Amino acid sequence: MDDLYREVIIDRYKNPLYRGKLDPNDITFQDSNPLCGDQIQIDIRLDGAGRVSEAFFDGHGCAISQASADLLLESIQGKTLNEIKTLTKDDVLEMLGLELGPVRMKCALLSLKVLKAGVYGLGEASDDLTE
Amino acid sequence: MSASSLKNHQTLLNLPRIRDDFPILRREVRPGVPLIYLDSAATSQKPRQVLDAMDDYYRQSNANIHRGVHTLAEEATAAYERARGLVAQFINASSPQQVIFTRNTTESINLVAATWGRANLVAGDLIILTEMEHHSNLVPWQMLAVEKSLRLEFISVTGDGLLDLEEYGRLLSMEPKLVAFTHMSNVLGTINPAKDIIRMAHEAGAITLIDGAQSVPHFQVDVQDLDADFLAFSSHKMCGPTGIGALYGRRKLLDGMPPYMGGGDMIKRVQLRSFAPNSVPHKFEAGTPAIGEAIGFGAAVEYLISIGLESIAAHEQVIVEYALERLEEIPGVHVLGPTAKYRGGVTSFTLDGVHPHDIAQILDTDGIAIRAGHHCAQPLHDKYNIPASARASYYLYSDPNEVDRMVASLYKVKHTFGL
Repeated sequence: MDDLYREVIIDRYKNPLYRGKLDPNDITFQDSNPLCGDQIQIDIRLDGAGRVSEAFFDGHGCAISQASADLLLESIQGKTLNEIKTLTKDDVLEMLGLELGPVRMKCALLSLKVLKAGVYGLGEASDDLTE
Repeated sequence: MSASSLKNHQTLLNLPRIRDDFPILRREVRPGVPLIYLDSAATSQKPRQVLDAMDDYYRQSNANIHRGVHTLAEEATAAYERARGLVAQFINASSPQQVIFTRNTTESINLVAATWGRANLVAGDLIILTEMEHHSNLVPWQMLAVEKSLRLEFISVTGDGLLDLEEYGRLLSMEPKLVAFTHMSNVLGTINPAKDIIRMAHEAGAITLIDGAQSVPHFQVDVQDLDADFLAFSSHKMCGPTGIGALYGRRKLLDGMPPYMGGGDMIKRVQLRSFAPNSVPHKFEAGTPAIGEAIGFGAAVEYLISIGLESIAAHEQVIVEYALERLEEIPGVHVLGPTAKYRGGVTSFTLDGVHPHDIAQILDTDGIAIRAGHHCAQPLHDKYNIPASARASYYLYSDPNEVDRMVASLYKVKHTFGL
């Protein structure tokens, strides 16, 4: 538990830096984890050079899902869409500094799934996006 | 109730001896952290009597059943059919032929929807369900409703976590063909008045299906006393193995139903372009069934009979009363569902400021197994306007001390989250 609920996780869960919505936006996508009801929406605005100028997430769920969303959103500020497309599961786990079992992995990766489905302009998010 | 007065109730069951029957209860989740298993509503643990019965079967008698004439086939067939008889006896069915082995409660309900439902329901017919159903007693009927243009209506859950039986009376005036309801909610723990619900349905000309997944393992369910038409339940929630469950059906209904899956064992004879179905229960058991699992299911039933369902129910009542009292004393904890009087051994709750997943995760570090999520009852959680809940559930081997350990761990959760 000391690992899983490190201060950064609790802190990001209770005081997220990137929680909010953007309207209008250039990219928006939302999805939920049917097993536990975690839900994440991500809104992105791009600048003239195609880089992320603003990005926020909204939603609800466990500390792992919400903290990982906040850390992920922080990591994409100023990035191009092509750079975002290269993000993987390992990048998110590194941000969290956690090793997770298969059930909690879905919580941690929901935001990455939503982000990549939005960036690729997909109609539906798939677990393949986080591999 | 104090822990010391609880001790007086322990005379009902010989708890140390019962716990000794379940090898898994001796394990540590991590070195020095013993398992505290509070997830029996999801699946129960298995006593050595069940493990031994299955082990013996595979070591001594393994063979395919029916038709074989060699000794092993005879033994396997006898053991499989004996298990059917034990399960029939357990629910007081008037004959073993009325017990069909399925994979689980879900398959039992799907079997009724796919056979009785397809054969007997036509566009515009009404099915009554309740707002507290598990997805397994919702989705099969939703699928059938789409296919056959049926109507679905739902008995509401009151603020106390009970079914609104006045509303049920009004719904019955709409002439439903089927009332399908859970005997005991897997989230709220509510034990529904099945006998009244069935009597009222019959008076309105409807037949009934009971989802007994949470009731049959925990208290005496007597299909003749209830006047039940269909009862679905699972072995794995009642000390038996996974992969096997049962459907009880009224003989007249079963005889009139078309087969479910086609294949071996479900036929009387087969020609290239046609077949004649076997009689019940074999008509519904195509292919080689889960023989070892059926034998384990029979052993589980024998085990529960040897302990006594009345004692088990009384033990769980003591535990759940104690758990309600202890949980409600924690600031920020909200327990879902009715008072202990209307409740079986399930306590679902939320804790302000902490998602149920995080509660379950932190409890796991203390070796405590509870469940977090919507427990396959999403519409019920929508009704309460919560995305998920944490659920501790109890069985014959649950110890009041385990409730104390859970409560201590919940205070740790609050501390972790700075609450």
